[in-house]
Amino acid sequence: MLDSEFFRRWMSATAVSVDREAASLTALDSPIGDADHGSNMQRGFLAVVTTLDKEPPAAPGAVLVLAGRQLISTVGGASGPLYGTLLRRTGKALGDADEVSEADLAAALRTGVDAVATLGGAAPGDKTMLDALLPAVDALGDGGSFAAARAAADAGAEATTPMLARKGRASYLGERSIGHQDPGATSSALLIAALADAAGSGASGE
Amino acid sequence: MRMLINVAETVVADALRGMAAAHPELTVDVENRVIVRRDAPVAGKVGLISGGGSGHEPLHGGFVGPGMLSAACPGEVFTSPVPDQMLRAAAAVDSGAGVLFVVKNYTGDVLNFDMAAELAEDEGIQVAKVLVNDDVAVLDSLFTAGRRGTGATLFVEKIAGAAADEGMPLARVEAIARQVNESSRSFGVALSSVTTPAKGSPTFDLPSGELELGIGIHGEPGRERRAMMTAREIADFSVQAVLEDLEPRNPVLVLVNGMGATPLLELYGYHAEVRRVLDERGVTVARTLVGNYVTSLDMAGASVTLCQVDEELLRLWDAPVSTPGLRWGM
Repeated sequence: MLDSEFFRRWMSATAVSVDREAASLTALDSPIGDADHGSNMQRGFLAVVTTLDKEPPAAPGAVLVLAGRQLISTVGGASGPLYGTLLRRTGKALGDADEVSEADLAAALRTGVDAVATLGGAAPGDKTMLDALLPAVDALGDGGSFAAARAAADAGAEATTPMLARKGRASYLGERSIGHQDPGATSSALLIAALADAAGSGASGE
Repeated sequence: MRMLINVAETVVADALRGMAAAHPELTVDVENRVIVRRDAPVAGKVGLISGGGSGHEPLHGGFVGPGMLSAACPGEVFTSPVPDQMLRAAAAVDSGAGVLFVVKNYTGDVLNFDMAAELAEDEGIQVAKVLVNDDVAVLDSLFTAGRRGTGATLFVEKIAGAAADEGMPLARVEAIARQVNESSRSFGVALSSVTTPAKGSPTFDLPSGELELGIGIHGEPGRERRAMMTAREIADFSVQAVLEDLEPRNPVLVLVNGMGATPLLELYGYHAEVRRVLDERGVTVARTLVGNYVTSLDMAGASVTLCQVDEELLRLWDAPVSTPGLRWGM
């Protein structure tokens, strides 16, 4: 079973990797976006861990709802509402139980990812964060492990490279968006990798 | 990188402190990033609120004041503001007559303003929204995030601002704002890349001797890259692109807008060519604005925006305005 401590570890691990990868996320965002994804995510997850340290919620769902609210309030751009919605809706789907199972989390995460798809109006293959998140929830949902989710998210992020962007600022590049890995899919893979790290099952590559 | 800044992280806050000191007629909340007309809320007046990423100055903060915006919410550089900012702005300017959000069509701006509208309505503030999407450079808008909001934002903010100051109700101010957007089209070109403070090096690679046709206000491209052209050729291309989409029967407002790093000497020269094409095409010009109004940090280049006006829109355009970035008649 997963308690609120696990979810705080997840958020902290995300903050650490987003901080470490900020420059490379921004570099990915330069040719097809506007060169700020790394610094925006860094600012957001710093706010998340600061708030969670100050007022740690007792329930797993509440940890994610609070984290999502912080992202909406600090990130800006499209990433703020999209990541904020992902965590808020996942947290809400978890309810107010003190502990949740891995299956509960897999189902809740799917609810969160669906909410992101609705909000952003994107479909798989549009070269967005969904291309990392959907394979991850699929892997998790089939009785898979966090490590499997991590591998699926990484592969999903890499698979965005040859795609043509249809959403967000990269869409204005048309054909020229091909050949660049999507920064949002990349940061989504970091989020899922951090989940594996929090579960202690994703040590590979660290 | 040579920038007149301290560190990238404080660029927006530093600019707001400087703006506050320069413009005591505005209330600048540096911490929460909201710029408000000193006299807000004005009884019975619809509040006009806009915002977007920083780096487009004077848009939007420089357009706050009597006759134009009631409040503006600057985000991080090229990053839309967060809903908390719009909510604060709405609370500060709403007199009970409601507020109109002027939103440029960029995914981040749209999502954050949508969330803010929901929150504001929860607090009993009546909210209407107008989406600005004037940029004809975006082809295949069904397969992209849609046409971007660029130069027409200034026309919408000025004309709807005048309507709000006259005491028109929210639905009417919204309808006028929508009419201005629907009557406006823009096309921009870039002669150099933009450099954001966070990255410190050019965002995209534009070799010298080339230009990008159909640039957006963050350096994002629209149509194609070509070998450098003369002002005359650029004007022919740009105005043609606009007129393919807008066939003005009425007189037009003309905005020749600099992207930040193109001097007025060049902008006026470019405007001469724009005016020549308009004359050749038989388009009547009612009013003209030449200068840096909707910029893209240090990007070189310019955009052309035309807005077809009827008598009412022209009267509202001519109405007095007093803001740091636009001022006449008072």
